[in-house]
Amino acid sequence: MAFEGLADRLQGTIKKITGKGKVSEQDVKEMTREVRLALLEADVNFKVVKQLIARIKERAVGQEVMESLTPGQQVIKVVKDELTNLMGGEQSKIAVADRPPTVIMMVGLQGAGKTTTTGKLANHLRKKHNRNPLLVACDIYRPAAIKQLETLGTQLDMPVFSLGTEANPVDIANQAIAKAKEDHNDYVIIDTAGRLHVDENLMEELQQIKADVKPDEIFLVVDSMTGQDAVNVAESFNEQLDITGVVLTKLDGDTRGGAALSIKAVTDKPIKFAGMGEKLDQLEAFHPERMASRILGM
Amino acid sequence: ARYRKVDEDFFEELEEVLITADVGVSTVMDLVEELKMEVKRQKIKDSSEMKDVISEKLVEIYYGEEDKSIQHLQLDGEGLQVILVVGVNGAGKTTSIGKLAHQLKADGKKVILAAGDTFRAGAIEQLEVWGERANVPVIKHNEGSDPAAVIYDGIKAAKSREADVLICDTAGRLQNKVNLMNELAKVKRVIEREIPGAPHEVLLVLDATTGQNALTQARIFSEATDVTGIVLTKLDGTAKGGIVLAIRNELQIPVKFVGLGEGIDDLQQFDADAFVYGLFADLGINEEEEEYE
Ligand SMILES: Nc1nc2c(ncn2[C@@H]2O[C@H](COP(=O)(O)OP(=O)(O)OP(=O)(O)O)[C@@H](O)[C@H]2O)c(=O)[nH]1
Ligand SMILES: Nc1nc2c(ncn2[C@@H]2O[C@H](COP(=O)(O)OP(=O)(O)OP(=O)(O)O)[C@@H](O)[C@H]2O)c(=O)[nH]1
Ligand SMILES: [K+]
Ligand SMILES: [Mg+2]
Ligand SMILES: [Mg+2]
Repeated sequence: MAFEGLADRLQGTIKKITGKGKVSEQDVKEMTREVRLALLEADVNFKVVKQLIARIKERAVGQEVMESLTPGQQVIKVVKDELTNLMGGEQSKIAVADRPPTVIMMVGLQGAGKTTTTGKLANHLRKKHNRNPLLVACDIYRPAAIKQLETLGTQLDMPVFSLGTEANPVDIANQAIAKAKEDHNDYVIIDTAGRLHVDENLMEELQQIKADVKPDEIFLVVDSMTGQDAVNVAESFNEQLDITGVVLTKLDGDTRGGAALSIKAVTDKPIKFAGMGEKLDQLEAFHPERMASRILGM
Repeated sequence: ARYRKVDEDFFEELEEVLITADVGVSTVMDLVEELKMEVKRQKIKDSSEMKDVISEKLVEIYYGEEDKSIQHLQLDGEGLQVILVVGVNGAGKTTSIGKLAHQLKADGKKVILAAGDTFRAGAIEQLEVWGERANVPVIKHNEGSDPAAVIYDGIKAAKSREADVLICDTAGRLQNKVNLMNELAKVKRVIEREIPGAPHEVLLVLDATTGQNALTQARIFSEATDVTGIVLTKLDGTAKGGIVLAIRNELQIPVKFVGLGEGIDDLQQFDADAFVYGLFADLGINEEEEEYE
């Protein structure tokens, strides 16, 4: 059934192979079938799975597996390698502008975790890099979004810039940069309203903010429980904004998180951070190899 | 309509479309097997004949052996009716409560909201804005206080003001957090103790962009609170929410509402036929659009 570990699922096929000491094409077919199911059950996108399976098949009929004494384990290793490579190395670095402030924009679908991650990133920048960020409330749409960010600002004892809900988000962002210069904030983190990637007006608003404030980073915040739609969302945000990185939230849950792989595959942008809880210190560097194991249920 | 043969290619594309709609790979493979037999049995050649066959099968999976009538809110009993709203973080609970309050009010009910999310920054204020929009009162405590106590006060207030419906917001929580799930079970017990037969509805709010994890959400939230129905939000995006098929089939939890936007009117009754059409609309054999909106 769903969410059973890949290693367990491959047991049957592996047993057959260990008995034989040689892997046939039929064995590889059976194994890749199980791998395909595991990846799909983990929410890796259908097309991404297709490409991956093709690559895994190629390697599985190659020498490294065929001549291995434990072909089953070797196949799992190939799969894990491929996933880890696809997801890239660990990259929790954040850009530093030549002339401060460094500007970071947070974007994504509704409820993904942008506002919370804005607070977490600010906390991270102060704790780990001794920085002094200004948080900017550009979500004028969601009820009490400004209040939410202000509460986080109070919890962190950090300044929050807002102009209420009547001002235009582009103006808010521009004025915030001026304010940060005045107050010597070396980072500006802009929280934007959640929006659908297909909402033309709101996507254009983000493009305008981008054109004006020329951000050093645009982080797409993605819920790790996202299913097959993750590729559409990531592809579309990336096309329209040329994002610089991804933050994967709610990884403290029990989702397999195949969306991580899909996003990386379609955008080729690094997944920089993982949200590991609701609290402001629960942001971690993203570990590709751990994620690969998790997707496979290992 | 273009003529298209019902062949291996057709089934492969159908499989892709349904998996891409988050229906889940095992459900899809079973379905495709059944459809293949059906095609043989009925000697179907042209894909245009497939539309009804596919949607019938999907609707069948959705309902299973179950009674098809109980998908509306069951709020017709005597006295105060209580709705408890639960779900993971950011799914759309508070927003859906605002929309639902507005609908119930339009139906002539006296509605009160209880701000049971005392944890998330700005959660109480968010519900208060929705209370203003829907023009219904909100019972609240301070941030950080005990959610069960807020709900208790909500019940007291709703009784003394002779309200018809009390809707209880709760903080988002991931289903693997045992403490938080226990807290939720406690909230439910408080409601049960104060009003026999309550809560009359426990609505699990699910984000349609969620993948296979939604099934686990449904299972564990049900274990903690006996979920009676689902609100499937954010269907206005490109996600299809196909996992609710498995949820209904395996756990017998029906979808009661769908969320189609952030506005107060963007909540509709679930319609199984419209929903399943949406799942395979991308296959390009549905000549008329019968999806939501
Ligand atoms: N468990 C857990 N919850 C998280 C995490 N990140 C955010 N959340 C929760 O997810 C919910 C939504 O977070 P927000 O920060 O409000 O999301 P948003 O993207 O700003 O939402 P909108 O502004 O409405 O689009 C809140 O309940 C957060 O506490 C995480 O890493 N783990
Ligand atoms: N597009 C769209 N957005 C929605 C819908 N329902 C809710 N939202 C948005 O999703 C985000 C999260 O909604 P909330 O109502 O705060 O979700 P919640 O479950 O109460 O979140 P927490 O209390 O933080 O767990 C907000 O930006 C809402 O406006 C919907 O049907 N469609
Ligand atoms: K949709
Ligand atoms: Mg926000
Ligand atoms: Mg809420």
